[in-house]
Amino acid sequence: MSTAPHPEWHLARDEKVSAAKLHAIQYLVVILLAVLAAGMWRLQILGADGYRVLADANRIRKLPVLAPRGKIFDREGRILVDNYPSVSCFLLREQAKDLQADIPLIARGLDLPVEQIQTSIRRYASSPKYEWIPLKQDITQDEQAFIEAHRNELPELETQDDQRRLYPRDGFAAHLIGYVGEVSEEDLNSSKFAFYEPGDVVGKSGVEETYDAILRGTDGSRDVIVNSHGKEVRPLGQQLAIPGHDLRLTVDLDLQRVAEQAMEGKNGALVAMDPHTGEILAMVSRPTFDPNQFAVRLTKSYWSQIVNDPNHPLMNKTIQAQYAPGSTFKIIMSLAGLEESVAQDMHVMCNGGATFYGHFFACDHHHGMVDIDHAIPWSCDTYYYTLAERLGIDTIAKYATEVGLSQKTGIDLPDEATGIMPSTAWKMKTQHDKWYAGETISVGIGQGPVTATPIQLARALSGIASGGVLKRPHVVFPDELPTDMASAIAATYPGSGDRTVPITPDNWETITDGMAQTMLPGGFDTGAAVRLEGIDFAGKTGTAQLVNHSIGGNNLLTGNARANAWFVGMAPRRNPDIVVAVLVEHGGWGATASAPLAAQVINAFVTKQRKSEGNLLQVAAPKPQQPKPVPAAPVSTGTGE
Amino acid sequence: MRRFSSFRDFDWMLLTMVLLTSVISVLEIRSATLQTKFHGFGEKQIGFLLVGIALMFLISFIDYHALVDIAPWAYGIGLLSLVAVAVVGTKVMGARRWISLGGGVHFQPSEWVKLILILAIARYFWGLAGRPLTWMDIAKAFAMVGVPMLLVLKQPDLGTALTYFPVLVAGLFLGGIRPRQVAILTLAFAVLAGGAWMSGKRLKPYQMARLTSFVNPDNDPRGSGYQIRQSLIAVGSGGLWGKGTNQGTQTQGDFLPIPYTDFIFAAFCEEHGFVGGMGILLLYFLILTRLIQNAQQASDMPGAFIVMGVVAVILFQIVVNIGMVVGLLPVTGIPLPLMSYGGSSILFTFLALGIVMNIRMRRFVN
Repeated sequence: MSTAPHPEWHLARDEKVSAAKLHAIQYLVVILLAVLAAGMWRLQILGADGYRVLADANRIRKLPVLAPRGKIFDREGRILVDNYPSVSCFLLREQAKDLQADIPLIARGLDLPVEQIQTSIRRYASSPKYEWIPLKQDITQDEQAFIEAHRNELPELETQDDQRRLYPRDGFAAHLIGYVGEVSEEDLNSSKFAFYEPGDVVGKSGVEETYDAILRGTDGSRDVIVNSHGKEVRPLGQQLAIPGHDLRLTVDLDLQRVAEQAMEGKNGALVAMDPHTGEILAMVSRPTFDPNQFAVRLTKSYWSQIVNDPNHPLMNKTIQAQYAPGSTFKIIMSLAGLEESVAQDMHVMCNGGATFYGHFFACDHHHGMVDIDHAIPWSCDTYYYTLAERLGIDTIAKYATEVGLSQKTGIDLPDEATGIMPSTAWKMKTQHDKWYAGETISVGIGQGPVTATPIQLARALSGIASGGVLKRPHVVFPDELPTDMASAIAATYPGSGDRTVPITPDNWETITDGMAQTMLPGGFDTGAAVRLEGIDFAGKTGTAQLVNHSIGGNNLLTGNARANAWFVGMAPRRNPDIVVAVLVEHGGWGATASAPLAAQVINAFVTKQRKSEGNLLQVAAPKPQQPKPVPAAPVSTGTGE
Repeated sequence: MRRFSSFRDFDWMLLTMVLLTSVISVLEIRSATLQTKFHGFGEKQIGFLLVGIALMFLISFIDYHALVDIAPWAYGIGLLSLVAVAVVGTKVMGARRWISLGGGVHFQPSEWVKLILILAIARYFWGLAGRPLTWMDIAKAFAMVGVPMLLVLKQPDLGTALTYFPVLVAGLFLGGIRPRQVAILTLAFAVLAGGAWMSGKRLKPYQMARLTSFVNPDNDPRGSGYQIRQSLIAVGSGGLWGKGTNQGTQTQGDFLPIPYTDFIFAAFCEEHGFVGGMGILLLYFLILTRLIQNAQQASDMPGAFIVMGVVAVILFQIVVNIGMVVGLLPVTGIPLPLMSYGGSSILFTFLALGIVMNIRMRRFVN
């Protein structure tokens, strides 16, 4: 550079910046850098631990690893409920570039209505952005392919593998097994679900509900390191999921099949039990439902179809249907009458009914002179009207209660009904009124206020046939459960449980012979039409009229007013190996509508029993009893009750 | 009349510390971009550094008096380039700060205007020849800095605009502003700021949020507080010794925003801890001290003014950037000198250092 002359150049040449000012700036540098150092000290020394926790929270994400639910088998180890791998699709709002714009594409790819996606998003509007919104469960392979192919355009779609329940088709054993679903918000607030989290799948009914604790297993987790976009960078560690325990039911698949077929197209219930143990061998309720529909997202149409069905498909009628037991109650009446030493010497003249307290009570036949030996197989109403009058309501109630009526049996299934056994105390308590002796008469034939469930009747009648030994019905072998679980189940499902009702051996013989005679040809025997050759088949029919004025007599009416058809059958007659209770709603005569269904199941049971014993000729039952002599039939023919 | 300047008089010590900082910078940029699509920025930074060092040597041979002489012209051209940006500039992420030179090379005029301002201010106050400053002198100085500041603010680039301010402050301080004038100016600023606050229209909401969120970043952890929150977590979780090179979870996991530019100090502190961070502060302290020394030894007033202008800008950027990273100051988007990735910032720093070198080499003149 040349020495270009400048006006002030020489003037200012000697001017220097004051050293004091430069020193001041030097101090300023020290002070400012010290302040910065203090800021670093605050974060890195004083706050290090806290910030380390935050840094880990940032990058470590705990992903659930869902534990597969335990499988369910029949008593012989044949599979009833299995799992299958499934994929669900979630929406991650955080990762969306323009969520609203993407919705139509998502809706098309996942085959979902646009409004449904928008409803889901709205439902989560107030929850944190990083929360996953479940979009669709159990997506198809095509839908998975769609998500994979649109990873870049739709980064907000994420899939998760899980296991889903595979239930038998066509609602087979649906009420027994139950179904699973997402735990509801109300459930989460109750103490029973204290350890559950939203989104957990829980048993909602049947065995799935009762044994949820052991079926469900323990979910594991996978810790992964993610970047700020939530993308998995690498795994960190994992806690393995503990699969749920498998469960063996007492149910026999073969018998269940026969029972399902027998009940096909009917409304009602069928339950088969081993009276020695209380093990349920088959359990059918009709109409049924498809639990697979509950395992995935329940469609609105299926749900409304099910809840609006007047025949209550979701109800397990074997333990929840409470109906007048009709003539099946006469076995309990017989027990009361004999144990009270009233029935032994009681002879009643049946002229198609009798008058009590000024009212005529009809019988469907003119049975003539009837004693206890004939009263049971003929199911003579007049006899039991008279017996009821002699015993009085409270004596009847005492025996009925002893054999388990008006209480839960304690079966290990949810929501069992208790039924009603009226008594003076019951009426005072429920209606604040005294019991009128005239009301007792119809109770004698299992009508009036008395109601019972199929499982109660199966247990009561087979218990009487077993000499008064009643067992708690159950669908899972208690000794295969952890001990604390077994006692917890017993505590959760209280009932009359295992108990022994003392029965005089003579009376026991009289009643069991009466039930066997029911199934043999002759006279007015009500069950003769369904006798099983070579099987010591005993039972009691019941035709429970629904409309009061038609009690007794032959008028069963039609449609929804038509009588319920009952049958409780067992084999052999004493200490039976199997009892089957059948209820056909509005089925009409128990003998024709219900008894043949029970007979099919008992026949299948005995046949299988004999096959497994390797001797088709051996009769399972003890020596068949000689049928007692039957007096000449007075008037009518055909079966009635 | 001037002695030939030799490389013996070159400030090798200053250069060593600057290069040491630059090496650390390159290593940290590499670490911070390891997992990202910006992988390779470390190498690019080396390229910028080489160009910067070459320019530094070149400019160190030019007599700074010549630069002071052409300062008025350069100032005019500088203003024109800022206007040009506003007219033909390339819009990147909503801000017009760049002029495309073709071939993917972009030029950010606001950075070299910073250098021109230092020269222009040095010349201006030197022209006043140390006489007591009149209000008119002060007003002119404000106008000189204020016009380019407003132009840059308009881009909008609040961060760079703010870096012009320390040049003015240093000039006024060294130029002899009196305490009474400082008091009056401070009062006037307070009134203006208060008025602006009342009218509530001066700052855009996002700017306002950025300026206030550092006070309580947890108020909105996923919104405006996100950057500062992630920065605090990065620095704090580094602890005493840090997590190790390439091991910073905040940096590598992409939680820390732009860890290779504005938040590079957070990335460094996460990986090298309090000890590493103090090392960087120490380097800055030595560099600044050495620069102030050079100002003291400058042979004349414009030399000292220029060096102190550079000191003011570098100190300001260090304080504002690290203050932001450790949560003491709001997020302003000012790069950390010698550490942050970016060609424009490197070129400014090394050109400034080149002029300082020249001032040092000429310190024995007269």
